[in-house]
Amino acid sequence: MDKLLLLGDEAIAQAAIDAGLSGVYAYPGTPSTEITEYIQDSKMAKERGIRSEWCANEKTAMEAALGMSYAGKRALYCCKHVGMNVAADCFVNSAITGINGGLIYIAADDPSMHSSQNEQDSRFYADFALIPALEPSNQQEAYDMIHYGYELSERLKLPIMMRITTRMAHSRAGVTRKSEVRAQNEMSYPKDKMQYILLPAVARRQYQSLLDKQQIMVEESENSAFNKYIDGENKKLGIIACGIGYNYLMENFADRKCPYPVLKISQYPMPTKLVSKIYDECDEILILEEGQPLYERLLRGILNKGKVIKGRLDGTLPRTGELSPNAVGKALGLEVECGMPIPSLVAPRPPKLCDGCPHIDSYTALNEAMKSFPGGRVFSDIGCYTLGALPPFEAIYSTVDMGASITMAKGASEADLLPSVAVIGDSTFTHSGMTGLLDCCVDNANVTVVILDNEITGMTGSQKSSATGRLESICTGIGVDPKHIRVINPLKKYFEENVAVFKEEIGYKGVSVIIPRRECIVALNKRLKAAKKNK
Amino acid sequence: MKIDIILCGVGGMGALSSAAIISKAALDMGWYMKQAETHGMSQRGGDVQSHLRISDEPIASDLIPEGQCDIILSVEPMEALRYLPFLNKNGWVITNKNPFINIPNYPNQDELMAEINKIPNHIIFDADAIAKEIKNPKGTNMVVLGAASKYLKIDIEKLEDAVRSIFGKKGDDIVNANINALRAGRAIADK
Repeated sequence: MDKLLLLGDEAIAQAAIDAGLSGVYAYPGTPSTEITEYIQDSKMAKERGIRSEWCANEKTAMEAALGMSYAGKRALYCCKHVGMNVAADCFVNSAITGINGGLIYIAADDPSMHSSQNEQDSRFYADFALIPALEPSNQQEAYDMIHYGYELSERLKLPIMMRITTRMAHSRAGVTRKSEVRAQNEMSYPKDKMQYILLPAVARRQYQSLLDKQQIMVEESENSAFNKYIDGENKKLGIIACGIGYNYLMENFADRKCPYPVLKISQYPMPTKLVSKIYDECDEILILEEGQPLYERLLRGILNKGKVIKGRLDGTLPRTGELSPNAVGKALGLEVECGMPIPSLVAPRPPKLCDGCPHIDSYTALNEAMKSFPGGRVFSDIGCYTLGALPPFEAIYSTVDMGASITMAKGASEADLLPSVAVIGDSTFTHSGMTGLLDCCVDNANVTVVILDNEITGMTGSQKSSATGRLESICTGIGVDPKHIRVINPLKKYFEENVAVFKEEIGYKGVSVIIPRRECIVALNKRLKAAKKNK
Repeated sequence: MKIDIILCGVGGMGALSSAAIISKAALDMGWYMKQAETHGMSQRGGDVQSHLRISDEPIASDLIPEGQCDIILSVEPMEALRYLPFLNKNGWVITNKNPFINIPNYPNQDELMAEINKIPNHIIFDADAIAKEIKNPKGTNMVVLGAASKYLKIDIEKLEDAVRSIFGKKGDDIVNANINALRAGRAIADK
């Protein structure tokens, strides 16, 4: 078959389709979004009836994927690293229930925080839940691993995590597809009807069964085609290279063989025999991990009394951020080339709200209204509107996690910080804001919640929002007084009246909701362009 | 044979679409390629870059090592300078001349030109004007790619084939407009 030019994300998506996928479940999040989008746009996926609509959040997505697997079919779940936190309850427990149809969880980590609030390493989650994790080093491996992952999942009766990072997700390369497309599984019931009932008595039994599989998982890693021991003559140093850390190592030896023994790791748990071999044979160990120094720490142990282990903890590699060919070169003590320095006149160009963005008008009006409430604070959330923190707006004081604007405003108001205002996007609100608003109503908290409704999930590139057309009825249903649910049109020409609405509702002692509603300018332009094309 | 290219600009300028054309041409020649892109938040008017690596041998890293890039291809002059640490000693900077000013502290343009003139191998030209001249005002990135084609070690015919294959679905007008833009850019480099 011809080589396809695919992003790592797309290679995963195509592989899942080819491996007999029946449904993908996800909430958008950089760098994972393109996996689901590829399946949504795939003609082949449509013909095969693969389910691919966006979910309200990562927890609902993972639970639905687990449900599809319960019914015997192969399911895929995708999220960015922080989405694992949202889905963690289901994640850890699904390792205890096990699976019926093959189930793969994709966690796309973002070291260097290109588009994220932290750089947590999802391999911790796989280790924590005691399930196998796959970490491809290139796009072809990602493609091949999905096929292997489903087979492994159904053989071990466990969900499998595939952990990728930004460079893997958003880098394109030629990928050769398998010549045969696997049929989807037929619907089937789990053989043991108690398997998914995590009553303590069952859970204890299931947990023991998970523990009993640990040795099999290590043996799988030991014999995995994706883990490779490559011998080298110079035993002064042994290198353990995880995921794409292997590529950066090999880049430094593009023109010659690496003189040191190398253990390439792309499947966890760690293959203990292979690790033991390199540890015993070499004087010192260098470990390359794209992300946090998880295995470096485990290899050192609390006391670090064994051989010298080099990596991110001893300063051989930077403690934070992505690895790079140069960082690895320096860690190896190689002479590393560098071009000309960046001239000092080059100014940073941070992202900003697009011209014509409705959030600009919302923030302008909100800032004007807040002038009347000098002691107040605005708590914000995750989305394009987080850019309201930067000049010229400097309108917000927090952005922590999906939904935290509403609940933080509530807590602050209860500490007499008044007025406390929350600013949250429509999609973020249905993701994790609704339960917080319920808390506000139950407590009759003195908060104003601004739901910026641009009728799309904007920052990740215009995905459908679960909130569209439902916000007023959701807020009413949760218990907000309909008199204090105000919809405004964030346009310059309505500035005066919008400021007045903000002032009234912020001044109101109780729960109020303001919904500035205008379509995202990027989505609008895309829609108009598509309409013109279809004429 | 290996060519490392950084394509750069500002989110929304179409800086990265040339990458698809080079990649397609490279794959059609049976070469290997890797291309690391910027997605997500920086696309909102921030600086964007793509590392594009093509080679007749397998490529290890998705990122170009510092000091190894052969060509920096930019649709905006200040952005071209941001990646100088990656450029190798014999590397070329090929950039559009017109600044995209969406920040208050954009540098003085004479000083900016002085910095670009310090780069041993560079071509800076008004790609927007050429795009307008050939009545394809959105073709700036294709004009810049055309100018770079001289240093790409890929025949321009191969790039034209890639344009046909990638834009084919959009009709002959779009294909021809882009090919004309490529050729107009190449004419500048050949001058």
